[in-house]
Amino acid sequence: MATEQGGSSSTEYIVHHLTHLKVGEGFWALHLDTLIVSTLLGAVFLWIFYSAARKATSGVPGKFQAFVELVVEFVDNQVSEVFHGNRGFVAPLALTIFVWVFLMNFMDLLPLDYPALIASAAGAHYFRAVPTADVNTTFAMSITVFVLIIFYSIRAKGLGGFGHELFTAPFGSHFLLWIPNFFLNLVELLSKPISLAMRLFGNMYAGELVFMLIALLGFTVAGLDLGSGLGFFGQVVMGAAWTIFHILIITLQAFIFMVLTVVYISMAQAHH
Amino acid sequence: MEAIASVQAFTALGLGIIIGLGAIGACLGIGIMGSKFLESAARQPELTPMLTGRMFLLAGLIDAAFLIGVAIAMFFAFANPLLASLQ
Repeated sequence: MATEQGGSSSTEYIVHHLTHLKVGEGFWALHLDTLIVSTLLGAVFLWIFYSAARKATSGVPGKFQAFVELVVEFVDNQVSEVFHGNRGFVAPLALTIFVWVFLMNFMDLLPLDYPALIASAAGAHYFRAVPTADVNTTFAMSITVFVLIIFYSIRAKGLGGFGHELFTAPFGSHFLLWIPNFFLNLVELLSKPISLAMRLFGNMYAGELVFMLIALLGFTVAGLDLGSGLGFFGQVVMGAAWTIFHILIITLQAFIFMVLTVVYISMAQAHH
Repeated sequence: MEAIASVQAFTALGLGIIIGLGAIGACLGIGIMGSKFLESAARQPELTPMLTGRMFLLAGLIDAAFLIGVAIAMFFAFANPLLASLQ
């Protein structure tokens, strides 16, 4: 914690907050903070929805049940607009992505230093609380979606049909066009997981950094003079404004990740 | 010292260009989409709820590239990896 060290510069504060708690070196460096927080939030999501489903009544629902039903129906409506066919797997997948990404993004709205304070009480020097501001999380999710895209393509068209489409899809089946076709399809396929992951990561990383910059405004508060008064005022006002704007962003990004996943899977099923 | 200063100067210029051009693009995109959304909502008010959802989806898509640019710019502003090779 920069605040504990005292007298460290603003750059050190930000670099400190951008350092992961990790074990291992190089390729096998595991970001423990990301793993712990995301697993915890996944468990929270499952527990909330499981307990709502177990206590569900067909009579007048309580507020808790009504809320969970609202979320489930919202996601199911979105999926049914885009995805035609059996939703038995895709709708729960979309619900999981939406709620899990939302919860992970939500860690951005916690006061910046508090998760790190709790972690440092537990003995960890570095701690980043937002799993989706770690490129590993977003790529793990988008590569999973990529595997599902390939799986659904092959299931809908067969291995031969999928291969045939890779080489003949945009331009035609003349053998001279196989290489350009394949190249275009490759770019199209690979751009999906990369853009999905980078979009979520970029938004959350930028949001986290802006929160740090706002926190730095209050970092300069030293006494009761005009400058530190302005710093404190600026931190409160800008922090509130950015937090309110960020509520929109985190929900939107979770929604976009979900909708694009469903769109990609339904595109994979469609024949050219 | 001079080398560090010039790296910092060029980085600062780069940050301005990244954020500025990104903001121009994102604002134009949001503006065009918003005006089209209002036009179509005025033309067919019964479609407004459906269009609102799609508009927010696209707003997120348009914003994303800009925000990725901002994230990269902020990263370069506070932890410049290009300076590390000089020190």
